[in-house]
Amino acid sequence: MNAKRTSKITAVTGMLLTAAIGLHLAGFHEWRQAMLIIATVLAGMPIAFKAFKALKMKAFSIELLVTIAVIGALFIGEYVESAAVTFLFLFGAYLEARTLEKTRSSLRALVDMAPLEATVIRGGETMTISVDDVEEDDRVIIRSGEKVAIDGRIVTGNATLNEAAITGESVPAAKAVDDRVFSGTIVDNGFIEVIAERVGDDTTFARIIELVEEAQESQSKTEKFLDRFANIYTPAIVVLSALVYLFTRNIEMTLTFLVIACPGALVISAPVSIVAGIGNGARHGVLIKGGDIMEKLAKIDTVVFDKTGTLTRGKPEVTDIHAIGIDKTDLLRLVAEAEMISEHHLGQTIVKEAKRQGLELSNEPENAEVIKGNGIRATIQGKRLAIGNRKLMIAEGVAIDKEIADYAIAREKAGNTAIFASINGKIAGVLSIADRIRPEAADAIRELRASGVKQIIMLTGDNRHTAELVGAQLGLDQVHAELLPEDKVAMIQQLKGAGHRVAMAGDGINDAPAIATADIGLAMGEGGTDISMETADVVLMADRLDRFSHAYSLAKATVRNMKQNTFFAVGTVALLLAGVMLGKIFLASGMLIHELSVLLVILNAIRLIRYTKRKSVKRQHFGRELVAE
Amino acid sequence: MKKIVLNLEPLTCPSCIKKIEGALKKLDGVEEAKVLFNSGKVRAQFDESKIAADTIAKTVSGLGYPIISQKIS
Repeated sequence: MNAKRTSKITAVTGMLLTAAIGLHLAGFHEWRQAMLIIATVLAGMPIAFKAFKALKMKAFSIELLVTIAVIGALFIGEYVESAAVTFLFLFGAYLEARTLEKTRSSLRALVDMAPLEATVIRGGETMTISVDDVEEDDRVIIRSGEKVAIDGRIVTGNATLNEAAITGESVPAAKAVDDRVFSGTIVDNGFIEVIAERVGDDTTFARIIELVEEAQESQSKTEKFLDRFANIYTPAIVVLSALVYLFTRNIEMTLTFLVIACPGALVISAPVSIVAGIGNGARHGVLIKGGDIMEKLAKIDTVVFDKTGTLTRGKPEVTDIHAIGIDKTDLLRLVAEAEMISEHHLGQTIVKEAKRQGLELSNEPENAEVIKGNGIRATIQGKRLAIGNRKLMIAEGVAIDKEIADYAIAREKAGNTAIFASINGKIAGVLSIADRIRPEAADAIRELRASGVKQIIMLTGDNRHTAELVGAQLGLDQVHAELLPEDKVAMIQQLKGAGHRVAMAGDGINDAPAIATADIGLAMGEGGTDISMETADVVLMADRLDRFSHAYSLAKATVRNMKQNTFFAVGTVALLLAGVMLGKIFLASGMLIHELSVLLVILNAIRLIRYTKRKSVKRQHFGRELVAE
Repeated sequence: MKKIVLNLEPLTCPSCIKKIEGALKKLDGVEEAKVLFNSGKVRAQFDESKIAADTIAKTVSGLGYPIISQKIS
């Protein structure tokens, strides 16, 4: 008996009932009764069939109760009741399936993004095969508009990729040779060839889906409570109905009890909220690993951030180029060409910036020399370059005007490292390098506060000066610098000891112990590193902090929704019981109230799918430059 | 020890979870059975020397839940 046939039967039964009402109004009593009996038998069949199948497997089912109730109703001649109960049971199940599908739609949308086939080159031959047949080290071709079917590294070509499936971010990201691409992402524009590194169930995308599936099943405290309640409720009501029959011989009331014994709204009320909430998160690039995590996250009042890689980008960048007597681009090109020989991270940052701007670094440096701790010297196109700190400039006899010196100091005070460059013994410019604060950090922190976080603390292994600068710029409550990983753990234990509920956000590897200690561990995972995805309770797939504030307010909304549903479900049970006892509710109305309550809790949960955080926090500081070493 | 994943039609009444899990756990050779209610899947660990994957699938479809696809690993 499949779902399609059942929904057809439901439709036919509905028509028969309408016809019965028509016959009733026309006064054909006999015909009406016949029509009702046909409807009962027709709609009762799939229910009885399921009950029978379960019974054969020695399993108890709600269908069995309903079948008994309906047979009983037919027996005592309550045809209206029996027809209505069977119809409502089927129709209710149909509507539930339709609406439940909505609460699950976020996950479905994710699953639907899964690639089905891939084009690979094997032995010089290009072929299209099913994703299940792609193996590691296969060379995979992806053209414009196609889906990436594996995790791997680009070997030729470049493209912009829509990574929404992984990060929830729909603005395409530019990728070139050596960049990693992920299964489930779509090539927006371009052509790439990728060597497969992870295939099938091992890809980040497959693991995200599995984690979300598991998260949706893992129960929150409320769910566990409701489950226990339902476990007692159903048998208790069955026993009650037997007792009612023994003592009162009131068959109608006995049967009504059987009908309301299905714990529908009770068991479903909390899970639907959680599923909708987790689904919403997954679509916005936030992985929340389960209902209990959702409940804990909603109660957080203290947030602890790691600095490097969490509040800042974790990668130094060129933040400013101040050129003197030379074009900015020319200066950058010359310096980058010289720095090609450097293995220092600051030098490499400059080279990277030049490449990012698309500059061609074709001139080989001559007489290149690294002066350890100070900088480098090299000759390019006959120009004698010295690039490094103040000491190097003095050693080279390069005069620095007060104006330039003041500029450099100002940049340093803003958290930059200032690098001087001279050409043929004359100062040519100052390059500023810094690990920037994430542009969304200030907004995210403001939103966290607006949603109810009481204090925000930063812990870092970095030096005090830099840490305080970041703390001041972001308006943090406390900043603790120069900490070892175990110091961070101790700080978190101290906070927990003081009665705070602490969330710790870090980049997942060196912060792992602190993340594990906190009530809620939150990992920034660009494309999801293995460790962060496994250990953290919440993973920000998009590597963006504003997703954290979304997750926090989403958790609060989800818990609120869950409470409303629980309250409503328990209230309905009380109402039903009271109604039956007082003789106000019979079979059909009992089933109607029951099905309505189930639908209402589902509809309430669906609201969560569209939930987006309040836009009340203005993005006024978005463009402001925030820098720190 | 092998793992079987059955894809079912969307589940609606949560009481199905207990029904399916209960029936599967009674089978000899099934170590662990879990119904993923929200994704409409059944996951089970079983000992292939004691029970065939088909028997597991038949038990679930026998309870009245048609199987759309199955995967054994």
